[in-house]
Amino acid sequence: MNPIQTVDYIRILPELVLTAFGIIVMMADPLLKPGASRKGLGLVALGGTLAAIAATFCQIAWTARDASFSAPGWFGMVRVDSFAIFFHLLIPAISAVCILASLEYLDAQNIRSGEYYALILFGTVGMVLMSSAVELVLIFIALEISSISTYILAGYRRRNAGSAESAIKYFLLGSFATAFFLYGVALMFGATGSTSILKIGPALGSNPGLLAIAATALMIVGLGFKVAAAPFHIWTPDVYEGAPAPIVALMSTGPKAAAFAVLLRVLFATTSSDWFPLIWICAALSMTLGNFGALMQNNVKRMLAYSSIAHAGYLLVAFAASNEIGISAAIFYTASYAAMNVGAFAVVSHFGAGGERYVSVDDYSGLGRRSPLLAFTLTIFMLSLIGIPATAGFLAKYYVFTSALTANAHPTALVWLTVIGLVNSAVASYYYLRLIVVMYMREPVLAEAPAPASGAMRLALVLAAIATIYLGVMPGRVLKYSEAGARDLFPAAAATGNTTPGSSTFPGPVATTPVK
Amino acid sequence: MILSLVTFLPAIGALLLMLMPRNDKALRWGALIISLATFGVSLFLPAQFFYGTSGFQFEVNRNWIGQTIHYHMGADGISMWLVLLTTLLVPVSVLVSWKSIHDRVKEFFVLLLLLEMAMIGVFLSLDMFLFYVFWEATLIPMALLIGMYGHERRVYAAVKFFLYTMVASVFMLGAIIWLYTHAHSFDYVAIREWIRVSTQNGSVSGTTLQWLFLGFFIAFAVKVPLFPLHTWLPDAHVEAPTAGSVLLAGVLLKMGTYGLLRFCVGMFPDQAAYNSTWINVLAVIGIIYGALVALVQPNLKKLIAYSSVSHLGFVVLGIFSLTTIGTDGAVYQMLNHGISTGALFMLAGMLYERKHTYEFKEFGGLATPMPVYATFFLLAVLSSVGLPLLNGFVGEFLILSGAFQSTVPHAMLFAILASSGVIWGACYLLWMYQKVFYGQIHHEENRSLRDIDGRERISLVPLVVMSVIMGVASPYWMKSIEPAVISTMPRTGEVKAQAQKRLVYRIVQSAQARATSVINSSDASTVQKAPATGGHK
Repeated sequence: MNPIQTVDYIRILPELVLTAFGIIVMMADPLLKPGASRKGLGLVALGGTLAAIAATFCQIAWTARDASFSAPGWFGMVRVDSFAIFFHLLIPAISAVCILASLEYLDAQNIRSGEYYALILFGTVGMVLMSSAVELVLIFIALEISSISTYILAGYRRRNAGSAESAIKYFLLGSFATAFFLYGVALMFGATGSTSILKIGPALGSNPGLLAIAATALMIVGLGFKVAAAPFHIWTPDVYEGAPAPIVALMSTGPKAAAFAVLLRVLFATTSSDWFPLIWICAALSMTLGNFGALMQNNVKRMLAYSSIAHAGYLLVAFAASNEIGISAAIFYTASYAAMNVGAFAVVSHFGAGGERYVSVDDYSGLGRRSPLLAFTLTIFMLSLIGIPATAGFLAKYYVFTSALTANAHPTALVWLTVIGLVNSAVASYYYLRLIVVMYMREPVLAEAPAPASGAMRLALVLAAIATIYLGVMPGRVLKYSEAGARDLFPAAAATGNTTPGSSTFPGPVATTPVK
Repeated sequence: MILSLVTFLPAIGALLLMLMPRNDKALRWGALIISLATFGVSLFLPAQFFYGTSGFQFEVNRNWIGQTIHYHMGADGISMWLVLLTTLLVPVSVLVSWKSIHDRVKEFFVLLLLLEMAMIGVFLSLDMFLFYVFWEATLIPMALLIGMYGHERRVYAAVKFFLYTMVASVFMLGAIIWLYTHAHSFDYVAIREWIRVSTQNGSVSGTTLQWLFLGFFIAFAVKVPLFPLHTWLPDAHVEAPTAGSVLLAGVLLKMGTYGLLRFCVGMFPDQAAYNSTWINVLAVIGIIYGALVALVQPNLKKLIAYSSVSHLGFVVLGIFSLTTIGTDGAVYQMLNHGISTGALFMLAGMLYERKHTYEFKEFGGLATPMPVYATFFLLAVLSSVGLPLLNGFVGEFLILSGAFQSTVPHAMLFAILASSGVIWGACYLLWMYQKVFYGQIHHEENRSLRDIDGRERISLVPLVVMSVIMGVASPYWMKSIEPAVISTMPRTGEVKAQAQKRLVYRIVQSAQARATSVINSSDASTVQKAPATGGHK
């Protein structure tokens, strides 16, 4: 066995940095007076996420210097290619904004504990690792690291029964789903004799047996739960309703992005697309159930929960397209969705005030008059969630549907999926619009005006809003990265020795034509 | 370059207003200066326009997102005048909102200027993606203007407006994405050429093009609005603040007819000809239905709103007569309607500021206390009626001559029915004038109504003057509109001939084919070739 080289440590540098900062926060917590504000620890955690981003830049620099850096390392368990680097930048950035939003939230809710920030950091370690792991067992471990952190965080409003319910529900159903994933891994090992994604592809070729299909299906069930795709979505509204709002901001974007990354790696490990009907049904169901569920909600957190189910559906459309543009669209979608959803939940967390009292749509009445900044940023996020041009949400949806219409395999089914998606986005505009309507067109109903947002909260909101607009107007740079990521991933089978890239399932042009 | 300046100057202005302190007076002046500056810059367009040629001028074409989505802007004789209409109506709208908007002034003018940017962008975009971005971007400021500053049922009206337009646009988005995935371009000119070539070589089926045509058509028909998709319009107009109504009627509805002309007819001439009959039926129903409903309205603003349905029916009729003269008239009528209906909505708004109602029963005999107001109102009414020497006449005359010459099946019937709309128009507009200004004064407080002041007069003068100038000097406009119309519908002649001959042509061709196949029954290739030409539509 090769000795571990320095370069291998660089390959997991963001994870190492995040863990170190997490441990610092944990150890510093008992030294502070019980009952004192933990804002300082929050700032340390914030520093940790920024350091992780810096570590990723170090990885980028290393890639530029040494092309072999993006080859599998750590005994073939980790692969830091452009795909992984994209998520290494995205996930700590999500965590950073969530921490910014939490600084004020914890004081408002009278939660005085430093582990909160440590758990966010540990969860981030898991998510970051999920995106670069190419070994199914390591993916499972990373998935557990991130899940267990979020289970605990979901129950952080200890005195609130809803929060406890949320944590228990998330934990039980989540464990169940992870078991499915693990079972899938076991079956995959049985089918191929390996748990390395890089070896699975060549071992299966383009005609996998029943065992491998069953294994993929089980893994889709497990990951489908994590990304809240229908029909594995039942937990979402209850968990999102009960969990602390900044944590919902995190868990509706970070673990989701990571789980989508894993799903991409697993599904595109082989050239077969036997999973197509499964993903097609998941996508159609998620979009429809999510949007129609959201139509009936009066609680903003529940509404956004259903909306996140719907958005998982849009994302799965890109999976179903199963071409290079589709993967690039899916990667871009995770970033866009993160920007707008983190922002929306940040507003919800500030507006909820102590005990998260104000979460119904009607409570937002007249917000445009009372707090122009909150109302304006929330409007941007809602417009982006609707998919109005010049916002991230529009471009993300546009790329998803374009990828579906350019796909060579299953064209008719994908045209129908696109039609379902377009109809759904029209339906969705109603419930997002409702929030804008009450904010600007109705008089305030609450006796007290919302407290002025703290500096950190303002920063979080403005960052999310700028990201939303930036991705909608100047997406060139991010698209370039997502396309590079897609190129790393798509001919995964080809790169590891399969001599027929674009064989039967993906006819020539898709696999070989550079995107745009 | 100048197009970018005209488009984004209002946006820059909106940004500046956002940063200004909440001093209402300064904000009003700021908005007025910015919108006037935009108007001033836009005057360079007709000044530097190269008349007598077709095609797009002042073009800008840069990569925007990747290699395929371009920032491609250009103006021809149609879009240039619509831009000028927009830049003229916005300062006027700022003036009419001077006193009527006193709450959340900053938001109001920011939204107004953002709306101006989006509207100008719609007319100038030559890239479908860019077009769609601007198209959707008009939606939010307009919905917010209605919902935040409107009357009692404003929220209902704003949501209805938003959802109607949003849902309809989704169909257009679907069509645009489909076109991109097959033509590999968003460029208007390139896609047009692609459709022409693939229609000729048969690589895209007529059914597919029909679906695409309908995708675009629904989005534009809702905006126009064409009967039976018009139900959002009366609500939106009645509830909107005056400036909102002026821009809604003056510019936003024109986006629909502009789209019909530029995209539906311009890109799909065969489908436009194929569908022209039922579209003409809808247009004629719109003309007569709108007029009849306007006739019985007890509410001044609702009457003007329904008159828009009727007038826009004329525009659609002109475009789908598929004749050059009819389309010339349609384009001219778009400008006229913007000016005359814009003026009518402003006048209605001024009355509302004084009386806080639009109900006719509250008015009557107002010519005595408000003589100047009554004069302006009369000019606007007459321009809307289509009195010769005023602008409305030119447009309606050209549209009806187009409709009579049209080769669309049953064109004569449509033209005759539409002509009756002119009479209905005179009826409801003159009755409206009578109900407001003549007769006894029933309400004592109406005796002491203030006549319009200097600011209000200044805001009305440009529109009234324009309606006279455009009534007598129409050739000045026509010399740039006509080449643009001809180049937008290049195959009108061809299509016309085909439509004329369609039935006869098919019978003759298939008979010929059959005859040839009988004669050369041994030669299989002729048999295969003959039905192919015979079936061509």
